[in-house]
Amino acid sequence: MTTPLEIGAGETALFWILGPISVIAALGLLFARKSVHAALSMVIVMLIAGVFYIANDAPFVGIIQIIVYSGAVMMLFLFVVMLVGIDASDSLIETIKGQRVATALVSLGMLVLLTSVIGRVGWGEAVGLAAVNTETGNVTGLAYLVFGRYLWLFEVSALLLIVASVAAMVLAHRTRITPAPNQKQWSDKRFQEGRFPAGLPAPGVYARHNAVDTPALLPDGSISEISVSRVLAARSQVVDPERYAEAPRDIDREIEEGSER
Amino acid sequence: MSLVNYIYLSAILFTIGGATVLLRRNAIIVFMGVELMLNAANLAFVTFARMHGSLEGQVIALFVMVVAAAEVVVGLAIIIMIFRSRRSASIDNVNLLKA
Repeated sequence: MTTPLEIGAGETALFWILGPISVIAALGLLFARKSVHAALSMVIVMLIAGVFYIANDAPFVGIIQIIVYSGAVMMLFLFVVMLVGIDASDSLIETIKGQRVATALVSLGMLVLLTSVIGRVGWGEAVGLAAVNTETGNVTGLAYLVFGRYLWLFEVSALLLIVASVAAMVLAHRTRITPAPNQKQWSDKRFQEGRFPAGLPAPGVYARHNAVDTPALLPDGSISEISVSRVLAARSQVVDPERYAEAPRDIDREIEEGSER
Repeated sequence: MSLVNYIYLSAILFTIGGATVLLRRNAIIVFMGVELMLNAANLAFVTFARMHGSLEGQVIALFVMVVAAAEVVVGLAIIIMIFRSRRSASIDNVNLLKA
């Protein structure tokens, strides 16, 4: 078995620095609780993959990787994360018994299988792309292949992209069956139901604080639960208004103490 | 260091992507696991291209990216549609066909 092409010291250093980072980021995708964190670790993996492509004499594919994947695709993912928001499926509690153990076993088996097969392959002498890349240039060489031997593949993938974008538009489109209610209809509905005819109370407005996550205080000093969005309550992001109510009293006390001095 | 280390890295990333698909229940994260597997395969393709001194591996990687982009667009649209009707992005809740 001949040894494959050894790569230079610089690229070796690049590999051993960025490789572990990409594996850690990929594990972040596996274990992150929030989908936003998973998406950000995915961005790291894709950026490093782009750097590895460029190091592997594939500058065009590397740049496309960074633009299309880390730019466009991950933006789409973050956009959908924003639309869908946080829900219970982010939790890591297993619903199928033994799923986690089975997953670990299957993954380990897969890893062992892949690495043992890679280890047994006689790789032969590696050629390297320096000759090809200097003869025609990387982009020109790719263009000869894409618009030459793989022209049909190129045309079919263009068709695929068009069909996919039309499909996405059709799937994401929603036609209203009934017209949207206007202000008068909302008001009529409130009076018919007889609950909150004046609308829900506004969130708390305090001397030093005014935000939708702070509930208003009722005349007896208790908190009005309905003055904050129940989405915030479900995410336990509601702020306790006590300290904002306390602040003016502290200021009054300081003013009184100052006038006595 | 030899070029084969890139192939080992690709195998590791592919396995982690597969584990993500098997383990997580959030449809968006499952989808990102699929993307990770595609990326790992791309890394192997690009390394093979360098080993064999031919650009075909890079061309295949480009086409994989095209197909992955189309897949992401349709898949995310499906996730949004399911979220609209079921108010959940969990793949456990997509069980309308269950008897």
